[in-house]
Amino acid sequence: MNVNQQPPMASPYGQPQPGYSQPSYAPLGGGYPGPYGPYSGPATAYQPGAPQGYSTYASFPSKAVPANPVSDLPSPLELGSARGPPPVSTNQAYSQYAQGDIQNGPPPMDHSMAQPAQRPPVCQPYSHGAMNLSGPHPSYPQQYGVQPSMQQMTNQMSGMQVGSGPLTSAGPGYAPPSYTQAPHPVSGAPSQPPPPSEPAAPQPYYDGPPPSQQPPFPSSAPPPSQPFPSSSPYSGPPLPANPGPLQSLDNSPSHLAPSPAQQTFPNSAPPPVSQALYSGPLPPPDLALSHLPCIPCPVPCRPAPSQPGPPHFHSGPLPNAPCHPLYVPAAGQPPFPLAPCSSLLSLACMEDTQPSRMVSPPCSNPCTTSTRPLVCAFGQPRGPQPGYAGPQYPGQQNYGAVPAPTPAPTQKRLDPDSIPSPIQVIEDDRANKSSEPFTTGVKGQTPPLVTTNFQVKDQGNASPRFVRCTAYNIPCTADMAKQSQVPLAAVIKPLAMLPPDETRPYMVDHGEAGPIRCNRCKAYMCPYMQFIEGGRRFQCGFCSCVTDVPPHYFQHLDHTGKRVDCCDRPELSLGSYEFVATVDYCKNNKLPQPPSFIFFIDVSYNAVKSGMVNIVCQELKTLLDYLPRENPEADSVVRVGFVTYNKVLHFYNVKSSLAQPQMMVVSDVSDMFLPLLDGFLVNVNDSRMVIESLLDQIPEMFADTRETETVFGPVIQAGLEALKAADCAGKLFLFHSSLPIAEAPGKLKNREDKKLVGTDKEKSLFQPQSGFYSNLSKECVAQGCCVDLFLFPNQYVDVATLGVVPVSTGGSVYKYTYFQAEMDRERFLNDLRRDVQKPMGFDAVMRVRTSTGIRATDFFGSFFMSNTTDVELAGLDCDKTVTVEFRHDDKLSEDTGALMQCAVLYTSCSGQRRLRVHNMAVNCCSQLADLYRNCETDTIINFFSKYAYRSLLNTPTKTVRDTLVNQCAQILACYRKNCASPSSAGQLILPECMKLLPVYLNCVLKSDVLQPGADVSVDDRAYLRQLLSCMDVSESHVFFYPRLLPLVKLDGGSLPMAVRNSEERLSKGGVYLLETGLYLFLWVGANAQQELLSNIFGTPTFSQIDPNMTSLPELDNPFSQRLREIIDSFRSQRSRYMKLMVVKQEDKAELIFKHFLCEDKSASGGASYVDFLCHMHKEIRQLLS
Amino acid sequence: MREWRVAMATYQEFIQQNEDRDGVRFSWNLWPSSRLEATRLVVPVSCLFTPLKERPDLPPVQYEPVLCSRANCKAVLNPLCQVDYRAKIWACNFCFQRNPFPPSYAGISDVNQPAELMPQFSTIEYIVQRGPPNPLIFLYVVDTCLEEEDLQALKESLQMSLSLLPPNALVGLITFGRMVQVHELSCEGIAKSYVFRGTKELSSKQIQEMLGLTNPSATGPQGRPAAPQDPAVTCRFLQPVHKVDMNLTDLLGELQRDPWPVPQGKRPLRSTGIALSIAVGLLEGTFPNTGARVMMFMGGPPTQGPGMVVGDELKTPIRSWHDITKDNARHLKKATKYYDALANRAASNGHSIDIYACALDQTGLLEMKCLSNLTGGHIAMGDSFNTSLFKQTFQRVFSKDHNGEFRMAFGGTLEVSTSRELKVSGAIGPCVSLNAKGPCISENEVGVGGTTQWKICSLSPSTTLALYFEVVNQHNAPIPQGGRGAVQFVTQYQHSNTQRRIRVTTVARNWADAQSQIQHIESSFDQEASAVIMARLGVFRAESEEGPDVLRWLDRQLIRLFMFHLRRSPFLQVFNNSPDECSYYRHHFVCQNLTQSLIMIQPILYSYSFHGPPEPVLLDSGSILPDRILLMDTFFQLVIYHGETIAQWRKAGYQEQPEYENFKHLLVAPVDDAQEILQTRFPMPRYIDTEHGGSQARFLLSKVNPSQTHNNLYSWGQETGAPILTDDVSLQVFMDHLKKLAVSSAA
Repeated sequence: MNVNQQPPMASPYGQPQPGYSQPSYAPLGGGYPGPYGPYSGPATAYQPGAPQGYSTYASFPSKAVPANPVSDLPSPLELGSARGPPPVSTNQAYSQYAQGDIQNGPPPMDHSMAQPAQRPPVCQPYSHGAMNLSGPHPSYPQQYGVQPSMQQMTNQMSGMQVGSGPLTSAGPGYAPPSYTQAPHPVSGAPSQPPPPSEPAAPQPYYDGPPPSQQPPFPSSAPPPSQPFPSSSPYSGPPLPANPGPLQSLDNSPSHLAPSPAQQTFPNSAPPPVSQALYSGPLPPPDLALSHLPCIPCPVPCRPAPSQPGPPHFHSGPLPNAPCHPLYVPAAGQPPFPLAPCSSLLSLACMEDTQPSRMVSPPCSNPCTTSTRPLVCAFGQPRGPQPGYAGPQYPGQQNYGAVPAPTPAPTQKRLDPDSIPSPIQVIEDDRANKSSEPFTTGVKGQTPPLVTTNFQVKDQGNASPRFVRCTAYNIPCTADMAKQSQVPLAAVIKPLAMLPPDETRPYMVDHGEAGPIRCNRCKAYMCPYMQFIEGGRRFQCGFCSCVTDVPPHYFQHLDHTGKRVDCCDRPELSLGSYEFVATVDYCKNNKLPQPPSFIFFIDVSYNAVKSGMVNIVCQELKTLLDYLPRENPEADSVVRVGFVTYNKVLHFYNVKSSLAQPQMMVVSDVSDMFLPLLDGFLVNVNDSRMVIESLLDQIPEMFADTRETETVFGPVIQAGLEALKAADCAGKLFLFHSSLPIAEAPGKLKNREDKKLVGTDKEKSLFQPQSGFYSNLSKECVAQGCCVDLFLFPNQYVDVATLGVVPVSTGGSVYKYTYFQAEMDRERFLNDLRRDVQKPMGFDAVMRVRTSTGIRATDFFGSFFMSNTTDVELAGLDCDKTVTVEFRHDDKLSEDTGALMQCAVLYTSCSGQRRLRVHNMAVNCCSQLADLYRNCETDTIINFFSKYAYRSLLNTPTKTVRDTLVNQCAQILACYRKNCASPSSAGQLILPECMKLLPVYLNCVLKSDVLQPGADVSVDDRAYLRQLLSCMDVSESHVFFYPRLLPLVKLDGGSLPMAVRNSEERLSKGGVYLLETGLYLFLWVGANAQQELLSNIFGTPTFSQIDPNMTSLPELDNPFSQRLREIIDSFRSQRSRYMKLMVVKQEDKAELIFKHFLCEDKSASGGASYVDFLCHMHKEIRQLLS
Repeated sequence: MREWRVAMATYQEFIQQNEDRDGVRFSWNLWPSSRLEATRLVVPVSCLFTPLKERPDLPPVQYEPVLCSRANCKAVLNPLCQVDYRAKIWACNFCFQRNPFPPSYAGISDVNQPAELMPQFSTIEYIVQRGPPNPLIFLYVVDTCLEEEDLQALKESLQMSLSLLPPNALVGLITFGRMVQVHELSCEGIAKSYVFRGTKELSSKQIQEMLGLTNPSATGPQGRPAAPQDPAVTCRFLQPVHKVDMNLTDLLGELQRDPWPVPQGKRPLRSTGIALSIAVGLLEGTFPNTGARVMMFMGGPPTQGPGMVVGDELKTPIRSWHDITKDNARHLKKATKYYDALANRAASNGHSIDIYACALDQTGLLEMKCLSNLTGGHIAMGDSFNTSLFKQTFQRVFSKDHNGEFRMAFGGTLEVSTSRELKVSGAIGPCVSLNAKGPCISENEVGVGGTTQWKICSLSPSTTLALYFEVVNQHNAPIPQGGRGAVQFVTQYQHSNTQRRIRVTTVARNWADAQSQIQHIESSFDQEASAVIMARLGVFRAESEEGPDVLRWLDRQLIRLFMFHLRRSPFLQVFNNSPDECSYYRHHFVCQNLTQSLIMIQPILYSYSFHGPPEPVLLDSGSILPDRILLMDTFFQLVIYHGETIAQWRKAGYQEQPEYENFKHLLVAPVDDAQEILQTRFPMPRYIDTEHGGSQARFLLSKVNPSQTHNNLYSWGQETGAPILTDDVSLQVFMDHLKKLAVSSAA
């Protein structure tokens, strides 16, 4: 939208700028223009409006007039359009703001019902300002349950943002607008703008709203009035302000320059000033919705941003980002940030430097909130300007007045380009860190992001492929940790696959006595063991206990105190290695048997009809040649067995001596047993003929089945019995189709009840129906029986319950809803192949030891724990991760740092008992700043999501969400309070390492699990919930923030740079590839170039593209080849095969696609990034006050 | 006196004639006319009835019998009925109801009588149409916990038996060991079986559900195969032999020993109880009230699950009489109860259960005997499946008569009607009560009583029931001179050629006033029949009461010579016989006909010597002489015993020398005779060839009358005969006591 509007902007801005500049913003104005260039279109529009409004009215009344001007504005931005009225609104808004500013607290109160106290007001102001923004705001409200009006507002916002047209929600939202208006009233001005909104649709709403808004205004009016006056300035100021920052950021031209400017800004108080101004305006919005505030901001922002053109901004921001810790990234779109809250926020991503801040302070008043904030942000950048500095925080109120103007501009929301961009962060990291190998020797060093391709050199710490920590500098004391609220956790993937250019962990054999360990804590020999007394003893790095070195392990020390064989021994020099375990490490003191795989195929009517049975049987014939093995030359020693079942079980005797397999039916499912011993588990090669015959016959035998009922519990019991009888560990592959309603243990009933969603009882949907499966899984774990479940449901199957055993045994659940052979065959088969072939360990126990001072207190993943320390995994494959949370139980020393050793005892697929050890040393810090400097947001998000998803079992969803938001707010507030340099309270300052925390957190909050849309089934949520529990950081990253690639210029080896997940980033003329970790979407714009279409689909016509295709045609052109290569490589990076879906713009399926555009407001009520940022800011401010 | 002799002769002929024609032998052939007198006779009015006595000379008639129209009578028109040919009316001789003949009898007259009215057709057989014919059903229940050799032999026997079955017979297979497998025979390709845990008792309904037999499509609307659809559709587990011959042969060929490991010091886990309950449940669900034979082959005792007879610890031996007396047999009662229940279920559905137990140790026949006793099944006992004893016994089950039809019939019911003066007390034999109430049921129950109908699930031509009656006529209501009492036996059964048949036997005896005609009554006494009848009663009591009491009871009932041997027989005396053996012997005793029963009571001893043709000799230790060869037939054993001298000669090899060909002939003679017996005897007797001093001579020595023992040997001071080392009383002593007792009691 912004983009569209841009053109007009320019002129408007120009005008407004002056106006603004005049106000307090003047300086800013200067700055802004540049940066906003792109946005200028819209901005201008607004500006004009604003100015006019101001000029004319100087008072709010003029709004009507402004409307006209607004109309101009609108044109630029859709939002604007909606806001066409903006001018008016702006005026009003301003007025409000003014009020707000002045009265910050009060005004909001009035409007919004005074919800958010003063602060909220600030936010509200934005909302008002938002008028346009109002849409977005609502979103917050919804989430937070603020006011209905809010919601509406948000809706509108969302709609607006997205593009007034596209967002259906917008429509509805609009309706609400009336409400919004109400709130607007505060922002009154803004609301008015809506009417003017150019976009027809929006207009109506706006129109409606305006009136309402007006009324409110009256009340609030007074204050506004003040602002208004200033409002003129607003427009001016905001713009300028924004422009300033924006420009720096946004305006391509001045990008570089700006950035520096920003830096300066931080220091300079100026930005704050701008903010302050904004803040003024913001207040009014507050009323509407504290959240709404954002909206206002947007307006301003838009102007700016739009002008610059979003893309530009990006570019702009990017540079900035790197440069400025502070990223005000927002700067680009300051508006939004502003919205965030209270006054503007300058989002400062502080790097370590304490720049602290960044920014703009101020919009304390939120009024225009959105805009303002932005402005502020910009302001900051501009900050350099002395003037601003002054104004900053203190000036806020004053600025409030100023802000008013901004809103006037019709700011609607923060400019998305001005807020921290994941893409930018990813690209920066890639650019900076992918060239050099990452060496693990340096303690406390944050590894490259998961999205970056890098090589690892093990120099004593485990590779990040095995272990990733949330923080690489751990607070020394529990108090610090508690204060910061930064979770201390490690995401461990013990058997992770390494790229070909990295060596897998070496195998170490310490002989018959087994691995050398500390006498006390039993930690395994590792680089942290300090040899003393000439090498005759060693001191444990974990517990400091001194242990004698066994004679056979003795070695002299060199002059530095290191053993001379240090480099020859992996356990003394590397972070990851394996020990050969002795019989002492085996169950019953008996060396283990090779594991077995047992395949259980559901042959009930649905399973047969869907084609699943046929496919599985066909595939197994070849797949059995690829059973896991360690020596690629040799045959696998894994034995296999086969069972089919519906409501009874059919075991097969496939003994090699038989001419034909024999089927043994066990109908007594109430008391499962293994009907045969000999011939059930066989070696594939020995029994190949019989097995093939069996697999050929199974589909025939059940082709005409009419049995629809199935059992489930007995199936697992059968597998368990079989493994018990064979005295080995193993894995069960269950191919299951329906809710097990047949009379048998573990029988389930259909309890899906959507009415529970959103209530306190919602958690019961995630809990298993009965304790049966929990008990069963205990037995499975004891035997080393891992269960993998492939589901092919046509309806509710109660994944929450069926998944209990897989989840507790280290298995996986795969779900193919409405499985159709043609459509889903590839996905299923690839999953199956990978699942069967992947390296894994069996009957595993994992233990995490730590330095004295911290200890592992909580674990997340697919496993079972019978005590508080041992993680038992019946199976552990290369894709499974275990997340471990640490807590202090004592002080840590900065000198020694903290150590962690993760040891996994497992049986390899060849039946060898082994220990894999991963060591990790991190620094300890006594300064919070160090902590914030060495965090990894992706890992934190991984941890948070797992924590939240697990909490769903016992806690109402809303509480879970609130807790998440709260904790993140605390983290950021703590930073702001303790690490960031002093700045306006209205400024949002984010630590560099965590600047993406809000956006990612928002994605978590919006996920189907935590905020389901109406079309998300209970099963889907349970499935995703379980799925996430063992995801590594890379998977969770893409899961929450999908990768969106524009398909242009695919030549060359590198991928095109991703774009942010927002509909605004999609060009009608383009084709985009979206990777979610579970699916791939190919989005085709309605106006995509014919050539492009021809290259991809072999047809130049948009309408001829078959939306049902699951794979792209193999065309002989470089583009097609490259695209398919990309798709293949994406798929190969994930543990699950991603099905490709072609989505045509405007098609029905587009809704699904849009669901993954996680920066946008979601149909299920999830906030847009901008809105959420505003909300976060508000939360933080609350904490800080 | 002379007249008496004549009468005697007459009675013997009469008895013989009656037995030949009707298969009936009464203990008294003149009936005392009042209850009081009858009671005084000690031996009740009773009879042995062989329902399917082979009557090659009796062509069955192809129409329905004519029944008395009185609801609670339903007697069948018979030669004893009075007929008014003109009015076309007949009077029932049991209830005196006058019945019109059915229209189809319109043409009858004095000279045109239907067969059932002719005196020589006192036994007549009707072939009737009752729905479509039911195929015979054979369900093999096979123990796989056998030694390889045994299993192989058994598999061969089973495969062989397939060729003996009529092609349309349905056959099924259940195997068991630790688990129970029900094999599905209809499938092509993969061999399917349903497996059950051997330790869990399942209800019939559960079994049928688990076998997938409860689908609406699987059974008829009422679940009755009365109108059986194609049986092949009905049940996958029971298929016509001709269809699955090859499959089943292969399946049997592939049968493996139970694969579950048997740890040292343990018995294999054998789920016999569950296997049987599944067999019963399967048939119950698919072919209720249809003739079927469950043939169970077991090589050891049930060791797990319901019906277990002994635990799997080898150190715990299977119960002995000693344990039982001491009430130390842990599983006995439970197992017995379990098998009783099964037997009753099977019987009520008309299915019979055979037990072929081959093992050196006991197998639990004591507990399981009811299975066969109540259902008319066979019990065969041997040491191994790899012996001719088992193989031939099993083969003989499928022996055919002169018409080429099996000597077996299924699903029989026997109904007895009596004249008013007589009532039925009960029956003893391989039957169960059908609880049919009627006017002629005595209040005094003897054996299985309280009914006029019994179910006999499986019948062979030699199957014989003992039926006990009570004279209820009061002393003060004399029966007119020349009055006759009548009894009608109506046996409905399924012939092995699948026809439904009804055999009707109507007999009558004269009433006699005991006071005036006591001699006549006395002369009409059938000593043999009475002995067997009383012995059955004794066995029946022995089964249900304490041993010593039965002996005492028997001692009080006077019977002549037989009683001595009966007392010593394994039927009553458990010494020297395991509980299983006793059960086995008793089972056959209550099934067999009179001749065979007599052999069982008093074994036959033939003596072969150079002194003359073979001759029967007294079953006495005095008969054991050095220059004789003895052939003893105890029904269960055939013992050829070579006297000391003969044995020496044989050892010296004289029979090989041409000049001693006569000796060779002498040696061969008893063997030939034994072969003849073996040919026809079912079950195959144990064939023992022994000699003086041989270890197996004990079989002979335990049977003979110990007239010479280590106690009196020297007092007799003769070298004739052989002393028996026993404390049992000899017949002489027994008789002395008996006389004394008779006198004293008279006093």
